Amino acid sequence: MQKNLFLGVEAIGQGAIDGGISGVYAYPGTPSTEITEFIQESELAEKLDIRSKWSANEKTAYEAALGMSYAGLRTMVCMKHVGLNVAADAFVNSAITGINGGMVLTVADDPSMHSSQNEQDSRFYAKFAMIPVLEPCNQQEAYDMVREGFGLSEEMGVPVMVRITTRLAHSRAGVERSEVLASNELQLPSDPSQFVLLPAIARRRYKGLLEKQKDFEKAAKKSKYNSITKSSDRSFGIIACGIANNYLQENYPNGDCPYTVMKLAQYPIPEKMLAKMEKHCEEILILEEGNTVVEEAVKGFFKKDIKVSGRLSGALPRDGELNADLVAKALGKEVKEGAAIPEVIANRPPALCQGCGHQDMYKSMNEALEIYTKGRVFSDIGCYTLGALPPYKSIYSCVDMGASITMAKGASDAGLIPAVAVIGDSTFTHSGITGLLDAVNDKANIVVVISDNESVSMTGGQESSAVGKIESICEGVGVDPKHIRLLIPLKKYHEQMLETFKEELEYEGVSVIVFRRDCIQAAAKKIRKERNIKDNPKKQYT
Amino acid sequence: MATGFDFGLPSSVFRQFLKSMKTDIVLAGVGGQGILSIASILGEAALHDNLYLKQAETHGMSQRGGAVVSHVRISEKPVASDLIPSGTAEIILSVEPMEALRYLPFLKEDGYIVTNSTPFKNIPNYPEEEAILAELKKQPRCIVIDADTIAKDIGNKRASNMVMLGAATPFIQITPEKIEAGIARVFGKKGEAVVNLNLEAFRAGRAFALANK
Repeated sequence: MQKNLFLGVEAIGQGAIDGGISGVYAYPGTPSTEITEFIQESELAEKLDIRSKWSANEKTAYEAALGMSYAGLRTMVCMKHVGLNVAADAFVNSAITGINGGMVLTVADDPSMHSSQNEQDSRFYAKFAMIPVLEPCNQQEAYDMVREGFGLSEEMGVPVMVRITTRLAHSRAGVERSEVLASNELQLPSDPSQFVLLPAIARRRYKGLLEKQKDFEKAAKKSKYNSITKSSDRSFGIIACGIANNYLQENYPNGDCPYTVMKLAQYPIPEKMLAKMEKHCEEILILEEGNTVVEEAVKGFFKKDIKVSGRLSGALPRDGELNADLVAKALGKEVKEGAAIPEVIANRPPALCQGCGHQDMYKSMNEALEIYTKGRVFSDIGCYTLGALPPYKSIYSCVDMGASITMAKGASDAGLIPAVAVIGDSTFTHSGITGLLDAVNDKANIVVVISDNESVSMTGGQESSAVGKIESICEGVGVDPKHIRLLIPLKKYHEQMLETFKEELEYEGVSVIVFRRDCIQAAAKKIRKERNIKDNPKKQYT
Repeated sequence: MATGFDFGLPSSVFRQFLKSMKTDIVLAGVGGQGILSIASILGEAALHDNLYLKQAETHGMSQRGGAVVSHVRISEKPVASDLIPSGTAEIILSVEPMEALRYLPFLKEDGYIVTNSTPFKNIPNYPEEEAILAELKKQPRCIVIDADTIAKDIGNKRASNMVMLGAATPFIQITPEKIEAGIARVFGKKGEAVVNLNLEAFRAGRAFALANK
């Protein structure tokens, strides 16, 4: 069968389409963004009428997906790991409501923090909510697990988490597709109280969730993704989870690993498999990407005095992504050392693009704030976070989506005046609006800069929920219209920007300054597209 | 006029590369220089040649002018790790000279560096060009090519990544024809003119490498 060259994220998008979804819900976030983009661009998805527009944030995405599941249809919701913090309320409670149509939550974790502010492990969240997890070790498994995940969800009656990491998300390999499964028909839950989590009902449903745990474990035990390959050598065994299996295999290219290996890719961890490992091995090494979910669980489980090693024991680093070299060292194997990096090499950190509007905004802001002590600017998550680096060094915080406005408010409550927030358009509609409402209601003395490039740029220029709505949202929330200012961040307007900043810094109340100019990448893309259409008038471009 | 210098490669080493069971390539460059295009072309070509491959790349924040790297692993056997283990890559293919050196720890002892000579200076502390070239010259197996000039000569400076891909073909176990088919597939959506331009750049790079090996 012809293989498709798919990134892990694309395999997941295709798996969802082929798994019979009627809709995907998501907010962009590296490394999960391309899952939804793949579905948005898929001709098959269009033919099947699969809805795929971006949501305002992960919580609204999750809840909408749950609503689609309530109505009986299959649905997937995707996000990056920290996005699940935003959606956590809906997520944890959806394990108690259960599902109607099959529901898969795909979460992309980012160990080594390639594009994130932490490396939290979503398997902890799944354990917390007590739902099954599928953790693919390669692109083919990612496709298969998602495609089959909706059925598993319907069988178990709860959402199923598919957990991937950056490496799998952004690595390509050949993937074979299977037949496209039919979508569900609209059908309401048979029990009309299922989704009503009033305490009396929630208590009943929670008991149900607890009872289901043994089914989840049974399903994991008989899962084709979990296995134990026994060896006659009883001295040592390995539990390899998800992608860590690849790093183990890389060290035994001819499939000649001399130890007993338990491959774990579907959770909860089947106790019967652990019991087998306990019986068969005197020492067990845990290979898991992310945190120490399995290592901790295994330690508590074994009754026999078995030495368990892994990230906690120091056999592997406590933080960062695994790789074949680290696993080789943990196995006591020799690692080839390449030549050292020559000293002449300089670091090349990411930077704002030449001609980006955030640059002009920061230049005027730095000048306007020159007369005050430093440390007054709270920022947020987006390209403009790069304003923390030279030559701007403008911002002093980046914590979570929307925190710029609320942290500036808290600091100004404490007496740090002026206090400034810098937030992007999409981050503002993601989680900034409620914070602005707090600031208005509390008559806080802050200046909120909305650096609006009319797209979600850091993740590749997705459509922003904020386009055309920012001023009316601010006004609706109660910001005095006289203090909602609109500027174009271009060098030629520098003086005007500076003056506006100064005026609003002096105003005692909530000011919003909107800097609006197209993302330079989006603008360039538009020009290229127009040129291509001109050169190739017959072709259709989307 | 294209300029370049080589470091005396006997033709037998090229043949040795073609025979090997696997090719692990570190693709290096700066965000926006087109290494992801090189990566997907190689991936397409390998897949259509019924070879196994894994190809890991950098997305997200680093794409904003930061150092980006892609690991391309092509083999006759299934590939396990998405990342190349240290000291085992057959080639570093770089579209920027300093970036070529950044990934030396991945290169195996008798591995090759094929790099563009035109620096991409988007940092204030970019080293002296001479110092970079001197480091490259120290490497026993290294081909340095002025891909930007070659690309400019054929009429599109943006295609220097395809010049570099062409220059690396003697080291890759996939035939140039199959890579060309990969180029056509990857750029197909952008129209025939774009495909042809990239093919021309690819052929110019290959011609240069063959003439200078």
